[in-house]
Amino acid sequence: MTPTVLIVDDHQLFRAGVRAELEPLLEIAGEAGSVAEAVEAIEAHSPDVVLLDVHMPDGGGVEVIRRTAALDASPPCFLALSVSDAAEDVIAVIRAGARGYVTKNISGEELADAVRRVHDGDAVFSPRLAGFVLDAFAGPAPQPESELDALTTREREVLQHIARGYMYKEIALRLDISPKTVEAHVSSVLRKLQLSSRHELTRWAAERGLDL
Amino acid sequence: MLRRDRDQGWLGGVAAGIARRFGVDVSLVRLAFVVAAAAGGVGVAAYALGWLLIPAGDSGPGRVRIRTGRAAVEVALGTGLLLVAVLLTFRELGLWLSDAAVWPLVLVAAGGALIWRQSTEEPAAPPTLRPPDRVAREEGPATATAISREEGRRAAAAISRTGVGIALVVAAGLVFLQATGALGAARDVLLGIVAVVVVLGVIFAPWVVRLVRSLTQERAERIRSQERAEVAAHLHDSVLQTLAMVQRSDDPTEVAALARRQERELRAWLAGRPAPGQGGRLASALEAAAAEVEEQHGVPVEVVAVGDRDLDQAHEAVVAAAREAMTNAAKFGAGSPVDVYAESNGGRTQVFVRDRGPGFDTAAVPPDRRGVSESIVGRMERHGGRARVTSAPGSGTEVELVLDHS
Repeated sequence: MTPTVLIVDDHQLFRAGVRAELEPLLEIAGEAGSVAEAVEAIEAHSPDVVLLDVHMPDGGGVEVIRRTAALDASPPCFLALSVSDAAEDVIAVIRAGARGYVTKNISGEELADAVRRVHDGDAVFSPRLAGFVLDAFAGPAPQPESELDALTTREREVLQHIARGYMYKEIALRLDISPKTVEAHVSSVLRKLQLSSRHELTRWAAERGLDL
Repeated sequence: MLRRDRDQGWLGGVAAGIARRFGVDVSLVRLAFVVAAAAGGVGVAAYALGWLLIPAGDSGPGRVRIRTGRAAVEVALGTGLLLVAVLLTFRELGLWLSDAAVWPLVLVAAGGALIWRQSTEEPAAPPTLRPPDRVAREEGPATATAISREEGRRAAAAISRTGVGIALVVAAGLVFLQATGALGAARDVLLGIVAVVVVLGVIFAPWVVRLVRSLTQERAERIRSQERAEVAAHLHDSVLQTLAMVQRSDDPTEVAALARRQERELRAWLAGRPAPGQGGRLASALEAAAAEVEEQHGVPVEVVAVGDRDLDQAHEAVVAAAREAMTNAAKFGAGSPVDVYAESNGGRTQVFVRDRGPGFDTAAVPPDRRGVSESIVGRMERHGGRARVTSAPGSGTEVELVLDHS
């Protein structure tokens, strides 16, 4: 089944561009240009996946996720799509609940693929997000150490390959594991990213007014 | 030069300073002060004068001086009580001028010392005008608040010290008037003064408050407008310039290249990083190399850097080799985007340059095509690193550069 997509971005031109690229590949549920519009559209159309701009005048992606969580309906999957590549922006929206982050220079086909993957419950990491995660988990883990505060060797390898520009299938081939296992590692990293109390992550999130 | 020696001194270092200046034993000087003090308190006054007038010498390192807090209060109280005891003893022994002279003098000396010390101490360096978010970003919010808290504490201590000093001096005046019997006459005058002060205070307080508030506001406004001017200047030099160039260009590849370069610069600026190629750091040098290759070949080159370090000679070689690899990827990658990933942690720097072009059979490269082997592999090996090229027909090419360093 093709997932339905809601495009949330305050630039009308950009929404139109994404829509034109995705229309042949996915079903577009609608567009929204602000946080309020986005919450309304989510309630009205209950899309499967929401493509979410990190920066918007009235609060941005974090605010949309937070307000959607207060609705009764089961929330959609969120995929952050942004030109911003400041670590704190990206980490904040991931920690709020987005299942992935891609940059706006992604091709239409790759974007459709990312939407499908998020819809299937997987995580989507762009090379840049992988770099941020490796950076955040580079220092020593805080004490007392939780399983959430450090990456396993395998997770690190997978992230490094993502940062180097490999697709999940290629990573599976190179590391001699199944693509499903690659997915499992990435999802595990996403969970750590959202739940870890590592100083770097909480600080990045805090700088964007996200109280966790 | 006569300087108070605060490191060797018991109180203000006056005796120790004199002893050092004239090369006599400090105990002798102290004894002289005590004897002089016994002669009607002259020594006490002399010491107080010395404390006030002789500048303090540089305090040596490694010695922690009590400055504020409970310990300082206790020391001050103890000293005061001792002084009172000594004075009372002299009074009993008859070595005494008169109550009307000595008590006010002691109070004036103590209060005056507090006030003078306060006003002659180094003025606190004015906080540099930096936008608050920069401070927070550079030093972390915790540090920033800690600094301002420390400053606030110091300012409060200074104000309370001045307050105590003023109270002591005023008390001295009152004691003197009381002792000479002039207080009765002075009371009417005093009442008049108090009334005038209260009236003036009521009249002018709102005005003063408003003045202070508007000064604060003006300062905030000035900082804001300075920031705005800075941003405007930067945008003029960069973004507007590029936009003007874009309007005059009708070559789409050139426009794309211009836009990409401007994007890189703007991103670096927004993130507070040095512009690509500046600052002598690995990540920004790779960014600069990527930007150049991108401009020359019209292929997007994306750099993701984890960790960073200063550029030394060996790392400059890494950047040069990476640049060569990017050029190859852009040339032979059939227009596919080039991914550059650099990681510099601990004692190892790794750079991966990857394209998704047609790839080639590494075993089938004739040995006379030395481009890769000389400029990449050879260069890395000369600087104690290594390079490896992985490629197969149909799966793109990746160049891996590794440098171990201490």
